[in-house]
Amino acid sequence: MALIAQQLNVLKHEMVPEHSIMTDEEVQALFSRYEISAEHLPKIYHDDPAVIATNARISDVIKIVRKSRTAGRAESYRLVVKRPKK
Amino acid sequence: MPSPKRIGKIDFGLLSPKEIRQMSVRKIIWADTYDDDGFPYPQGLMDLHLGVIDPGLRCKTCSQKSGECPGHFGHIELAKPVIHVGYTRLIRKLLRVTCRECGRLLLSSDEIEKIIGTDISATGDSLTEKDIKKERICPHCGEQQLKINFEKPTTFAEIATDERGKKVENKLTPADIRARLEKIPDEDLRHLGIDPVVARPEWTVLTVLPVPPVTMRPSIILENGQRSEDDLTHKLVDIIRINQRFKENQDAGAPQLIIEDLWELLQYHVTTYHDNEVAGCPPARHRSGRPLKTLSQRLKGKDGRFRGSLSGKRVNFSSRTVISPNPNLSIIEVGIPLRIANEMTIPIRVTQFNIEELREIVRNGPDREDVRDPCGANYAIRPDKRRVRLTKGATSEDGNLEFIAEQMEPGWTIERHLRDGDIVLFNRQPSLHRMSIMAHRVKVMDGKTFRLNPAVCPPYNADFDGDEMNLHIPQTEEARAEAFLLASVQENILSPRFGGPIIGGIHDHISGIFMLTHTRRWFNKGDAISMLQNCDIKRMGEPDKIEDDVPYWTNKQIFSHILPPTLNMVFQASSCENCDQCLRENCDRDAYVRIVDGELLCGTIDKKAIGAFDGAIVHRIIRQYGYARAVQFIDDVTRLSIRAIMYDGFTFAIDDEDLSKSDYGQIREVLERATHDVGRRIQIYEDGQLEPMPGRTEEETLEMQIMQVLGKARDNTGEIAGRHLGLSNSAVVMAVSGARGSMLNLTQMAGCVGQQAVRGERIMRGYEDRTLPHFKKGNRGAEGHGFVKNSYKSGLNPTEFFFHAIGGREGLVDTAVRTSQSGYLQRRMINALQDLKVAYDGTVRTTGGRIIQFNYGEDSTDPMKSSFGQPVDVKGIVENILKEAV
Repeated sequence: MALIAQQLNVLKHEMVPEHSIMTDEEVQALFSRYEISAEHLPKIYHDDPAVIATNARISDVIKIVRKSRTAGRAESYRLVVKRPKK
Repeated sequence: MPSPKRIGKIDFGLLSPKEIRQMSVRKIIWADTYDDDGFPYPQGLMDLHLGVIDPGLRCKTCSQKSGECPGHFGHIELAKPVIHVGYTRLIRKLLRVTCRECGRLLLSSDEIEKIIGTDISATGDSLTEKDIKKERICPHCGEQQLKINFEKPTTFAEIATDERGKKVENKLTPADIRARLEKIPDEDLRHLGIDPVVARPEWTVLTVLPVPPVTMRPSIILENGQRSEDDLTHKLVDIIRINQRFKENQDAGAPQLIIEDLWELLQYHVTTYHDNEVAGCPPARHRSGRPLKTLSQRLKGKDGRFRGSLSGKRVNFSSRTVISPNPNLSIIEVGIPLRIANEMTIPIRVTQFNIEELREIVRNGPDREDVRDPCGANYAIRPDKRRVRLTKGATSEDGNLEFIAEQMEPGWTIERHLRDGDIVLFNRQPSLHRMSIMAHRVKVMDGKTFRLNPAVCPPYNADFDGDEMNLHIPQTEEARAEAFLLASVQENILSPRFGGPIIGGIHDHISGIFMLTHTRRWFNKGDAISMLQNCDIKRMGEPDKIEDDVPYWTNKQIFSHILPPTLNMVFQASSCENCDQCLRENCDRDAYVRIVDGELLCGTIDKKAIGAFDGAIVHRIIRQYGYARAVQFIDDVTRLSIRAIMYDGFTFAIDDEDLSKSDYGQIREVLERATHDVGRRIQIYEDGQLEPMPGRTEEETLEMQIMQVLGKARDNTGEIAGRHLGLSNSAVVMAVSGARGSMLNLTQMAGCVGQQAVRGERIMRGYEDRTLPHFKKGNRGAEGHGFVKNSYKSGLNPTEFFFHAIGGREGLVDTAVRTSQSGYLQRRMINALQDLKVAYDGTVRTTGGRIIQFNYGEDSTDPMKSSFGQPVDVKGIVENILKEAV
């Protein structure tokens, strides 16, 4: 089990879109572009496999670049949050 | 105005006795309501402190008049505590998880930690009944626990074992229960998911009962002058009466037996006051025998407060009746019966500009007698908001029409009748998509039904087998503007679901236009004009040929009259068979449609060109010329096709399925060969010679082969039948043009119905090793497992009929299950998505401004303005310029 977990990087799988941590400047630019604050962003849990693979911390913003059927390429941004208690 | 605030959290709790007394304005002690003079008793159930419902009186608490006073709560001090039925489950749980002696949780702190975690790594779980083992010893005080029995509706008992090992049931009174609940420490309650600050468990056992304000249980006065009290008041009377008697007996030191009886009676009345439909409790009844409608009944169910009064309400300015078709109406119109148009009104403000027109409307009075008459009005509203009913009267002196017409001046409002051209909203339930409510233009008509053009049936999913539809009249200019600009029929021709037209020709429109435009025919001037007479045509084009000085127009020319003169299109019609090598203009089915400069050069117009859901021509006209031209085209094409179908006549009868003797022979031969083939394959299987297909057993292989053979046999009979039935057959016309039905339906009528299936397999169920007692056990033949050799016309034999019913039932069950499942799915989707909107920066956001999608659909394309999903219709543009196929 542990061996597989170490070897498998989910980000390299073809079905997993590109995840990357945004720098503070990029985040600020994003906030001003959409006139929002962090709470308005879509969320992603800190224990999401892709988040773990990127080494992102809580309150980081992750940029996700997906292939899109309609637009070809689509960017999305998500705020890393702690998974709430059930 | 205060600035908007964000809600941080909401606490749900119980009313404590303290709070109940605090909000009470009056202690209620008398069961009586009114005295002999009709005046409320002080400290009675209708006490003037609780609010007023009779006009003229003033509330003694807030000194406002009836209608202004919101009402105030009172309270009843109960002689002994009683259980609140709504919380019996909670009480049972708490009694079972806590110690009967010390009141603490029946778990040591270690055990608690194991389940809900420590402060740092709390799982967020709370304890449940299942976490505690039954009849254990309290880890805190060592007391042996007893089993708690709960009997509906409100009885609790402890089961103890006496010296001789016999079980004894000790009833717990509400007072005992309350004492035990009081002992549970706050900390233990938090582990159970209860916040003791807002909800102490002992508050679920009532010691004081709130009395709702009279405004929420008003008494009504009947015609005979008698007062009739609300059901809640009746119930409260019962409670107070028993409560008083209980108190008296208690004070007099009555025997325990009597006290217990009264206590139980009080519990019964309080229980039914809260919920009159509890299991195990006879409902409290009115004197007439009708069960009382108490608190829970006011909220629950379809007509309850939530579903009946808050989520859905009845509205004014609406009407409902049966619908029927009228192909001569435009698709943007709706026919309204005169009776309805005379009842439904639109308020018009009188200004100096329209005063003369409105005077005339007022003089016309409230009774319009003919659809051609100018509209009248029902009410005039004076500037002081007083409504005056317009009455005609027997003579002009009796009525007030002339008087009002003279008196009115700017500032008045006249409620005039509906008249032609008014904008109304038209709706058919279930309203599953935006096209279920569309704005139409009124056309006042005779008759008693709403009339609509059959071309607008698809968006409403309406037919005329008794469907009813609703009509709503927008009452303000803003509402009318909004309805017209957003919801009108022309704005909704394109469906946002697939970006194509959802309104277009149906059924006879398609058969008619197919028969008109198929191949090449010539019509003389009279016939041509009679077909085009209902269309908006200014001038006939040049005739195609002149024979003996008589001009003739081709069928394709006649159709071209209703096309925009600059339209260029090339496409394949529905009847196209997708040949490997397309013959284009020389297609022997005439399925290659080519329109150059608004002239249909070749091809047949059918479902693909003008049908609802397809409508290639309609779609192109919208993109190129706009909605208004598309409306005109749909109106024209439906009228033209109706005239065209009447020119030839269109009918279908039993003898249209007749085939020649040789055809029947061939069909019999095909079926015999198939039966024989099946028998041969069964023989191979039974001999064990059958080679199984990969991944399948021999039996499965055999079944597949049989299904295949029989399926092919049915198709072959269809081919034989199809060879005989040509385009002179109406059913073939309908199938080929896409108007209704398919060649398969025709095969089943004329050739052979074919294999009946359940879950995609031959019918196997029934008796042991056979489907019916008509067959031998272990029979695998075609007839024994649902193959219907006969056609619908020749008629099914009894076993075939039975198999057909089995197969047919599956279809019915499937549709029933599917509709209910997809309906619920859609409801949940709507609830989740209803408040999302596309912001000006292209993001999809919630009302709180939270982003759901950074770019609507990721490509910012409105599917309604797209061309079948594509933002730009490249093919259409190229076609239009080259006037050739791309």
